[in-house]
Amino acid sequence: MSSSALPLSRSSRPPGDRALLDAEEAKIEAAPLVTLAGVSKKYQNGVAALAGLDLCVRTGDFLSLLGPSGCGKSTALRLIAGLEPATSGTIEWAGGQASGRPSIGFVFQDPTLMPWASVESNVFLPLRLEGWSFRTASERIEEALALVGLPDFRKAMPRELSGGMKMRVSIARALVTRPSLLLMDEPFAALDEITRFKLNDDLMRLKQEMNCTVIFVTHSIYESAYLSTRIAVMAARPGRIIAEIGLDAALPRKEHFRRESAYLDACARAADALHGAMDAKDHM
Amino acid sequence: MGAPDDEAEAGTSARGRRAGEVARARLVGIILPIAVFAGAIGLWEFIVRVNGIEPYVLPAPSVVIATLAKDWGTLSLSLLVTLRTMAIALVLATVGGVLIAVIFAQSRLIERSLYPFAVILQVTPIVAIAPLLLVYLNSGTAILVCAFIVAFFPILSNTTLGLASTDPNLRNLFKLYGAGPWRELVLLRAPSALPYFLGGLRIAGGLALIGAVVAEIAAGSAGQGSGLAYRIVESGYRLNIPRMFAALLLISLTGILVYAVLALVSHLLLRRWHESALDR
Repeated sequence: MSSSALPLSRSSRPPGDRALLDAEEAKIEAAPLVTLAGVSKKYQNGVAALAGLDLCVRTGDFLSLLGPSGCGKSTALRLIAGLEPATSGTIEWAGGQASGRPSIGFVFQDPTLMPWASVESNVFLPLRLEGWSFRTASERIEEALALVGLPDFRKAMPRELSGGMKMRVSIARALVTRPSLLLMDEPFAALDEITRFKLNDDLMRLKQEMNCTVIFVTHSIYESAYLSTRIAVMAARPGRIIAEIGLDAALPRKEHFRRESAYLDACARAADALHGAMDAKDHM
Repeated sequence: MGAPDDEAEAGTSARGRRAGEVARARLVGIILPIAVFAGAIGLWEFIVRVNGIEPYVLPAPSVVIATLAKDWGTLSLSLLVTLRTMAIALVLATVGGVLIAVIFAQSRLIERSLYPFAVILQVTPIVAIAPLLLVYLNSGTAILVCAFIVAFFPILSNTTLGLASTDPNLRNLFKLYGAGPWRELVLLRAPSALPYFLGGLRIAGGLALIGAVVAEIAAGSAGQGSGLAYRIVESGYRLNIPRMFAALLLISLTGILVYAVLALVSHLLLRRWHESALDR
């Protein structure tokens, strides 16, 4: 981790403790949140979505799973969320097997809002399912909507919102439980580029404010390089990780990061890895 | 510098003219169907009077209305009987159809095992079943069962379809937050199925009336029946054609009323969110 990424607050501490603190924080930063070892997923129709996936997600990571469609990146996300069981292999959480799974927020490619419910009812849903009353949840709902920049839309119906706003509501719904792990499955793929850039910036800010770990599935090299602290490049048939790329620059990043060498270098390495996998397939 | 103002003025007046045209088109859209309907009734009255057709062959509309007023005592009682049959049948069909649809939604195996019965009941003409039911049951119950059978299927099939059409990602979300099947049913699948159910209910309302009428006619003089359809059969035997028309008119009006009420209910429940009920 580069020193530029560390919080500013530490400058107030005595200089003698600095080395020790650095080492400690580095250890905390590096603590694995979830480790996937040899994870395979075979569907009933015989399709092997994943074969021998090894992946370690560390607390505080913004990890992108980058790959072409059909490489099993969404499947990997669903396995981590516990929506499906793995065919073989283990998924181990920091607190021990599946029981140690932290609170999770999930954002799908489509906003998947309930069209019959108002924005606030949609955001309330996760808390409602956890047994909260609407009155006690009201503050949380307000907080989540403020985080995504929609504080004035509590009473609106989903159909009254634009695509980007619906996605913001969807993100607010994922954040309302204050999850420590946010899983996002190509959330911005269906949005226009300008909206996507705006939401990218907001997402980085949110991640810092919420202090959560993010696993972000995307098929955009540029998006992954702009957002991530780590990119896991995946190839299809069978789904596996073919390269891991680290980006040290601190979050949140600004537009000028797109012109920096670290960004360009990450893009080039990701593209090389993807092309390499495709060429290898062509030669088979 | 007057040009922009002129343009703006021209724009305003053009907009005003267009708004006027829209309002006029809407008015024509309301008035024209009413005028055509009134014209058809007027033509009927005219033909009967000019040709001096006897009321026992074809009564004029004015005679039908007069008969309706004269026989209101008998006909209104019959109307109540038919309405009651239809309403009870519709309520039973709704409760039964939704309940079985929910059971179907729990397991494909149950659905596959029971669906054939529902289909057999649906495809067998109710006129053919009615005489059999009249053998086993007293006429009042038999008529009710007939109306129930025809109203039941559209509710069952539509609700089953609706419950199965829930967004899979929303179901994933419920699973992620550990919601049990009951909460998923109440909070997610039921509202998802609502537009489908209401579509089925609108069809079922009309069919319940048809079922009740068919069964009353099948029961005929065998029943001590006193519904509107029974009045039609009875008036036919007595060659009281104006009264047949009057009873027929009441049946039509009942059908229109039921449809309008159910359409209104559907609109009120869906207008905030469903495509089918949004103003365009």
